[in-house]
Amino acid sequence: MTAMVEMETRGLNFFYAGTVHALKNINLTIARNKVTALIGPSGCGKTTLLRCFNRMHDLYPKHRYEGEILMQGKNILAPDVDLIDLRSRIGMVFQKPTPFPMTIFDNVAYGLRLKGIKKKQELSELVERALKHAALWDEVKDKLFASAYDLSGGQQQRLVIARALAVEPEVLLFDEPTSALDPISTAKIEDLVMQLKKDVTIIIVTHNMQQAARISDETGFLMLGEIIEFGATEKIFTAPSEKLTEDYVTGRFG
Amino acid sequence: MNIRQKRKAESWIALFCSSLAALFGLFWLVFILTDVLIHGISGLNLSLFFNDPAPAGVDGGGLRNAFVGQLMIIGVAACIGVPVGVLGGTFLAEYARGRSLARVISVLADIMVSVPSIIIGTFVYAVMVKPLGHFSGWAGAVALALIMIPVVLRTTEDMLSLVPWTLREAAFALGAPYYKVITQVVYRGAATGILTGILLSIARVAGETAPLLFTSFNNAFFSVNMNGPMPSLTVSIFQYAMGPYEDWHAQAWAAAFIITVVILVVTITSRLIIRWRYK
Repeated sequence: MTAMVEMETRGLNFFYAGTVHALKNINLTIARNKVTALIGPSGCGKTTLLRCFNRMHDLYPKHRYEGEILMQGKNILAPDVDLIDLRSRIGMVFQKPTPFPMTIFDNVAYGLRLKGIKKKQELSELVERALKHAALWDEVKDKLFASAYDLSGGQQQRLVIARALAVEPEVLLFDEPTSALDPISTAKIEDLVMQLKKDVTIIIVTHNMQQAARISDETGFLMLGEIIEFGATEKIFTAPSEKLTEDYVTGRFG
Repeated sequence: MNIRQKRKAESWIALFCSSLAALFGLFWLVFILTDVLIHGISGLNLSLFFNDPAPAGVDGGGLRNAFVGQLMIIGVAACIGVPVGVLGGTFLAEYARGRSLARVISVLADIMVSVPSIIIGTFVYAVMVKPLGHFSGWAGAVALALIMIPVVLRTTEDMLSLVPWTLREAAFALGAPYYKVITQVVYRGAATGILTGILLSIARVAGETAPLLFTSFNNAFFSVNMNGPMPSLTVSIFQYAMGPYEDWHAQAWAAAFIITVVILVVTITSRLIIRWRYK
């Protein structure tokens, strides 16, 4: 069975501040309802690549994309793409939890309100569903109107996942979501990621190779802005075709 | 004297000199405050708040007109200064972040903060009072607003810069347009800091006399007409303290006491807000 393609990069190059060539000719396909991990040493461009998928780089001046990223056959790097619409279809979770300075409820409702949902009844239903989806409901159902800052780091991370899920994105981008968390919270997030893939396509950047091996279906190994190897996670970790990949996943460098 | 004794002696001298300097500064501060307190409290009475000034030389009367005038002038000044300051600070910290324009405006605002307030007063005299031909409450409010703006602008800019970028990115990642990111997420994160800046700027202008002398001037009668000269506490203090009557002096002390207490309360409130927020 061949998986459906959710996104595809074609000859993607990315330049910071006009000159730094951060991504070089990236070609890869992101399969729908799979977890795709991006691994590689620090500075290899994995986060840069992740941030291309929701055009996060557009917030900063003098960046430049070349090539294409196709999503359902449409190039999302085209100048006429509506970034607000794109970003509501592609959610993102950051390294450090980023709850907004408001209540737990308002955090989850934020994206829904952006979409114009105002009815109280509808909002509470969707918020509850998102919190359940992110496996946080039982822990916060009695304090929905407490500040999001009262939650622990791991809970905050699940809260922002709920916030991203609430708007029902097609793709969810994770940028090292567990690197600031303790092992128990990390395990919860990993379980969650594996459950979520039945509803969304997931791309995750991680420094932790065991994590990539545990939760991903496909893995891309990057070095110095280039994809060295891309394929099924099992193959990357057990029988890589490239010597560099083998050296990296066996911990010989990085 | 060996080296150890020498070091001890030096340390003692440094401690002595710095303590002396601190005591000297503190002495005058306490002196002024207790002076205001003693004379002010003895001059306090209800008539001060409920009566307008009696004719010159006649005992009694109060400063009701000055309290009302002062509140109106400060209120209008805040209505002008706060939005301009907050929006200007927002422009610097958000839309012009990192651009040299933002740095230039920041430095200019810093200079504005330390410009003597009498210069602001004469400036407003030249651009508003002179062309219109008369003193007015509006001119006083504009002068105070001009003093507030750079204070509010710089605090707003600093407080917005303290809000981590990842928070903005998280809001953008949900598909929020920039103005919503600022008004719904960044302002909330910086709200207490900005509020503190606003309170401190109000405390700063509440005690100003020089800019009002040239703009709202004074008025011995009760007036809520911002188009004409308006009384204010600080100018009344100036006038009464210079005047020849004992009763005026007592009222000036009482007014000074009240204004000091109000500024103290506003300042302490803003400090408490900071402590409560960043504990």
